[in-house]
Amino acid sequence: MEGLRERLIARTLLVVACSVVLALAIITYFIFRAGLPIIFHLGLDDFLFSTRWMPADEGGSYGIGAMALGSLWVTLGALVVGVPLGVAVAVFSAELAPTWLANLIRPAIQLLAGIPSVIYGFVGLMVLVPWVRQHLGGPGLCVFTAAIVLGIMILPNIISISEDSLRAVPPAYRQGALALGATRWQTIWGVLIPAARSGIMASIILGMGRALGETMAVIMMIGNSLQVPRSLLDPATTLTSNIGLEMAYASGQHREALFATGVVLFAFIMILNLIANVVSRRRVQA
Amino acid sequence: MITHPVLSGARQVVTLARRRCRCASLSVAGILLALAGVTALSGCARAGGRAAATRVTVAGSTSVTPFAEQLAEEFMRKRPGVQVNIQGIGSSAGIQATETGAADVGMSSRALNQEEVRELHPVLVALDAMAIIAHPDNPVRNVALPQLRRIFAGEIRNWRMLGGRDAPITLVNREAGSGARGAFEELVMGKGGSPLDYRSIRQGSQGAVRAVVEGDPNAVGYVSSGVLTPGVRALHVDGVAPTAEEAVAGRYKLVRPFLFVLRRGEAPVGLARDYIGYVLSKEGQETLVHSGLIAAPKEALPWKD
Repeated sequence: MEGLRERLIARTLLVVACSVVLALAIITYFIFRAGLPIIFHLGLDDFLFSTRWMPADEGGSYGIGAMALGSLWVTLGALVVGVPLGVAVAVFSAELAPTWLANLIRPAIQLLAGIPSVIYGFVGLMVLVPWVRQHLGGPGLCVFTAAIVLGIMILPNIISISEDSLRAVPPAYRQGALALGATRWQTIWGVLIPAARSGIMASIILGMGRALGETMAVIMMIGNSLQVPRSLLDPATTLTSNIGLEMAYASGQHREALFATGVVLFAFIMILNLIANVVSRRRVQA
Repeated sequence: MITHPVLSGARQVVTLARRRCRCASLSVAGILLALAGVTALSGCARAGGRAAATRVTVAGSTSVTPFAEQLAEEFMRKRPGVQVNIQGIGSSAGIQATETGAADVGMSSRALNQEEVRELHPVLVALDAMAIIAHPDNPVRNVALPQLRRIFAGEIRNWRMLGGRDAPITLVNREAGSGARGAFEELVMGKGGSPLDYRSIRQGSQGAVRAVVEGDPNAVGYVSSGVLTPGVRALHVDGVAPTAEEAVAGRYKLVRPFLFVLRRGEAPVGLARDYIGYVLSKEGQETLVHSGLIAAPKEALPWKD
């Protein structure tokens, strides 16, 4: 009787677990089915590298080059903002902060992760956009503004994983370094960070995935211009924000092209996650 | 029976867990029952509703949406118990939804194209003067239509060329597929004219366009004259202000239709018909005029009353 029940529960959990994989499979199948035909129709080269996106053209022009570059710029910008800040906070919280402060920082970071992206976008629009317009020039809706806000948005990803991996460094490393006469800073920079390197790298790659995939906040702040941004103060658009902006009105080939953009994003995110997995697994072997 | 304190403790825990389990399954069953009840009830309500038609879905242009909503509220106040469901999904999507039957009535802020007109019947509910808006601090007050065309084609890129400050123009557009953009292309850029500048900023709603122009002293965009605020200034076009009077007199040229669209060959029945009737009634039209739109010229309804 008990055995039957145990088996029943185990089976139920198995089904639930499989449904997650199934959901992923279904999503993958439908995105690719809706998006792949037009990629073949247009040719992969033209689709990826043409910078002309004009659904209103005779027959439609669908090149995602400009948006892909926009995504690249914004994501790199977010990393420039988020990585030094995030790693610094992780080091401080794991190594330097007194317990009470670390206990204050950790929930604050978790809270930061829980704020909806539309709120980030709204605050960026109200505070950062006017500031940039007045002090740096341009319309304010630009790559720079979006990158800064995205940099803050990826902080929780970077901090929590980096901090965990710093805490996982065996105490003997720290004690050994200090016993050899290294200063605290030398211990952190020369021993702890290299020892936690794989975890920190994984956190950066996951943060990159988040920045690449963010949609709402970017729509609100980047200006959604279809040009290739030539400066940080130029408005641009990203793969995600263009899908978000145009999907509501799109039909026919236009809609397919947006799904195809989704295919490209999907591939990017898959690759990033794969790299993050490989990088963080190396830690176990080391 | 051997009773070791730890064992008996464990047994207690197990019994407790089991009891809780039973409680949980009982409550789950209760919830399921309740859900079933609610579904059955709502099913009844829906079935009853269909017979009396207490719901109508109106979907389409985000430009028409706020006005349609206002009218729907008034209509529902007069007819308690009925539900007019307004969805702002964009002109093209609304037209499509009407064709497929997903919506009872479509809203469009651009004229139907030849293909669409074969399937659908447009009902003109109002006219809207499209205002070209700029920041109140901008000294430029007037543009000529050909100038406007060149501004939005990206050929005039500095306010100095229009007699204003030496500052680059920030163009604010709507996205492809939006009715406002479609109407602007038709009215300003002209058929087969130069395309809208791809470098322009794009925003997803009239409110967002207005917000950008409110904040940026060098921005220019286009919105319905019904949604103007003191935060923006409507430019004169060829020396004419975008007011209802000028539009009715034919002097202000940037006027677009607000349409309801219906499937051809199917006279709307019940509630859809009553709602459209209310929108076209004297009272409904007065509401629209009060909100800054221009009353539709009298037009034969697609069905006989």
